[in-house]
Amino acid sequence: MAHAPAVAHGGAHVTSTGTENRKLLMWIFLGSECLFFGSLIATYLVFKHQVIERGIGPFPIDVTIDGKVEHGIFDIPLTSTSTFVLLMSSVTMVLAVYGAHQHRLKMMKLGLLSTMLLGLVFLGFQVYEFRTFGHEGLNLTTNMFGATFFLLTGFHGTHVGVGVLYLGSLLAASFRRNGLGRETGEHVEIAGLYWHFVDIVWIVIFTVLYLIP
Amino acid sequence: MATIAGTLAQPTQSGVWSWITTVDHKRIGVLYGVTGFSFFLWGGVLALLMRTQLAVPNGTVIESDRFSQLFTMHALTMIFLAIMPMGAGFFNYMIPLMIGARDVAFPRLNALSYWTFLGGAMILSLSFLFEAPGGGWFNYAPLSERPYSDGLGIDFYVVGLLTLGLSSLMAALNFAVTIINLRAPGMTMMRMPVFVWMTFVISILLILALPPLTVGLIQLLFDRQFGTHFFIATEGGDPLLWQHIFWIFGHPEVYILILPAMGIVSEVLPTFSRKPLFGYPAIVFSGIAIGVLSWVVWSHHMFTTGMGSVPRAVFAVNTMIIGVPTGIKVFNWLATLYGGSIRFTTAMYFAVAFIATFTIGGISGVMHASPPVDSQHQDTYFVVAHLHYVLFGGAIMGIFSGIYYWFPKMTGRFLGETLGRWHFWLLFIGMQMTFFPMHFLGIAGMPRRIYTYDDGLDWGFWNMFATIGSYVLAVSLLFFIWNFFRSMRREPSAPANPWDAPTLEWGTSSPPPEHDFDAIYTVRSREPLWYDRDHGIAAPVATGEHIHLPPPSYYPILIAIGITLLGVGALSHLAISALGGVIAFYGVWGWALEPTD
Ligand code: HEM
Ligand SMILES: [Cu+2]
Repeated sequence: MAHAPAVAHGGAHVTSTGTENRKLLMWIFLGSECLFFGSLIATYLVFKHQVIERGIGPFPIDVTIDGKVEHGIFDIPLTSTSTFVLLMSSVTMVLAVYGAHQHRLKMMKLGLLSTMLLGLVFLGFQVYEFRTFGHEGLNLTTNMFGATFFLLTGFHGTHVGVGVLYLGSLLAASFRRNGLGRETGEHVEIAGLYWHFVDIVWIVIFTVLYLIP
Repeated sequence: MATIAGTLAQPTQSGVWSWITTVDHKRIGVLYGVTGFSFFLWGGVLALLMRTQLAVPNGTVIESDRFSQLFTMHALTMIFLAIMPMGAGFFNYMIPLMIGARDVAFPRLNALSYWTFLGGAMILSLSFLFEAPGGGWFNYAPLSERPYSDGLGIDFYVVGLLTLGLSSLMAALNFAVTIINLRAPGMTMMRMPVFVWMTFVISILLILALPPLTVGLIQLLFDRQFGTHFFIATEGGDPLLWQHIFWIFGHPEVYILILPAMGIVSEVLPTFSRKPLFGYPAIVFSGIAIGVLSWVVWSHHMFTTGMGSVPRAVFAVNTMIIGVPTGIKVFNWLATLYGGSIRFTTAMYFAVAFIATFTIGGISGVMHASPPVDSQHQDTYFVVAHLHYVLFGGAIMGIFSGIYYWFPKMTGRFLGETLGRWHFWLLFIGMQMTFFPMHFLGIAGMPRRIYTYDDGLDWGFWNMFATIGSYVLAVSLLFFIWNFFRSMRREPSAPANPWDAPTLEWGTSSPPPEHDFDAIYTVRSREPLWYDRDHGIAAPVATGEHIHLPPPSYYPILIAIGITLLGVGALSHLAISALGGVIAFYGVWGWALEPTD
């Protein structure tokens, strides 16, 4: 039957569409997040060329001003490495979700733990990058590149941080007597949606900021 | 089915604590509605102060800075603290009932969005004790920046709107999921009442429009607190960026304000014309079309900022196109009336008046959709006339229609029809007197947002006229309040379906029991109750099975307090923010571990 009786509260019950309420919530929320990051990326792009025209560095890439070459401060190999780390965390996340659905709880816990750790490593890279940029004279107020760059990547980092807390909470809760309960698979899968999203956003940011000249 | 058999005894909670911890969508709806209406009165007081100052040339009641705060807070109060929450009140109360469900998808999230809303509303309104924002509701840069507005006012604006945005986002997510997932058997999307459809469109609009605003507010916050220059041209920033961001949110926002009213009217008209809504699919699809088109018209607020002629032409055409689905709706409503056996209740008066006054506002809207015309209208009282015709004549009229219509369902009592007539006519006349002359004043060149004007400009007569109108409006509200309290003192007498309405919320007692429906309906048509009546199908009876209701919870209000303190800290001392963060985090944990079965 297309329309099974609806129930009044969240949980693994039958819904009009068959998709669990919380999963649907996460999907729609991620739609909202797209607009959030979209706006931040758009702001970055608005100021991208203007920063070079105004000629107040540091700049993201090599720029020649009055015949003098100003070196860009992006360290592409370094950021590629951290991008790779974050990508790997999506792989471990997939394992965690698989484990949760198959009731292979050890696999799930290991997956969650390694995803968290990889997320933390990524954040470590980001802290290092921010500090290096700071030493090279780029901060929020230096120029519009600094403002838009730190705001965008900072908010992305915050999302990774929230994700780490989220996964950490699931991991901690999974050690209780009843673990994550009947809906273990759902819980971890929904967290996985969030995590993969944050990953994909980074791929977009990495491409737009670091790779496209 | 006036009497209910086989109801499972549910101990009805009462007392303040039960309201604080409630997760019942009906109670949360009432909280939203009552709070929203209180702010509506407060916003009205601010407006009366302004009208008093403007009644005569060179008025001396209010000085210039205070006047700026008044119009700013008037707009913010009416938009974010009155119309949106009153709409949310109806969503909360009615959506689960109309789709035949027993609650929203996330009852605790629902409570959280209410308490967060209250926190944000407090932050915004209590700014009057310190310094209220004075940059207009659209808060243009660079006026909003530190060098030009050094006080706390703009910070209150930023923090208040961020908090309110969070609240709206949570509510919108909840309603989107509820509408998609909790429909009764047989309630396909194309059988949903139009009010449900409009709520759905609004939810999607909010979910997509709030993030850009959030980003803009965060950038402004960084400019003011951390020394960035997003919107300061001399430092490499761009004030027009703020305008773009604000209106990308702002234009969908105006539809967020009007669509609830359109939904309400689409329920009231068929009920009191005793015939189905004319052209249901056309109304639904034009609602969706309005939602989609509202994303491609924002620059019509920026025609005079020196955009190139191509963008101006594009935005002008888009803006005119959005008039088409709006017009389709108007004609469908008229066609619903045509040939119906109409009962003129007060709810119906408001609904019909809505069509008339909203159309006037729509027409002036299409006028300034034309860039050369708009360069005359921009920043004059003509725009003020336009927005009040759509917001007062549209949104508020629609909301009053809804109040009269659903009052018996929500309270079990009727609002008095005679007092209702007084309320309606005084409000209608007052509204025309106040806002119609603003068209003349605008064409005569009176700028908006001025705190006074000179004697020789010939604006005195219509200003005095408008001020008198605003007092008539105020008196009409006294009649409404009288009516309300008079009814509440009476014994409940409303049957389940006093208007013989077709939609499911009338298929349970008035007011509904805590579990909404004794038995879930099976929906066979767009007008389920009329279909069942005409086909002799009895209402479903309770099977006696246990009906699960989510238990009350104090975590929502706890998290909301945490969120509010986070904001308060941003305005005062970061230690308060830290405390708020800890409370919110603790609340989230408690929430996650709290059993809901
Ligand atoms: C037929 C549909 C509509 C059209 C073509 C239209 C067009 C416009 C245009 C071009 C402006 C800019 C005027 C200026 O600042 O120079 C404007 C302003 C405005 N409109 Fe509409 N409008 C329509 C419907 C609505 C509706 C339904 C609402 C709200 C319920 C609304 C609310 C507003 C508000 C609040 C402003 C003023 C914003 C401000 O500057 O503070 N409009 N409209
Ligand atoms: Cu607009």
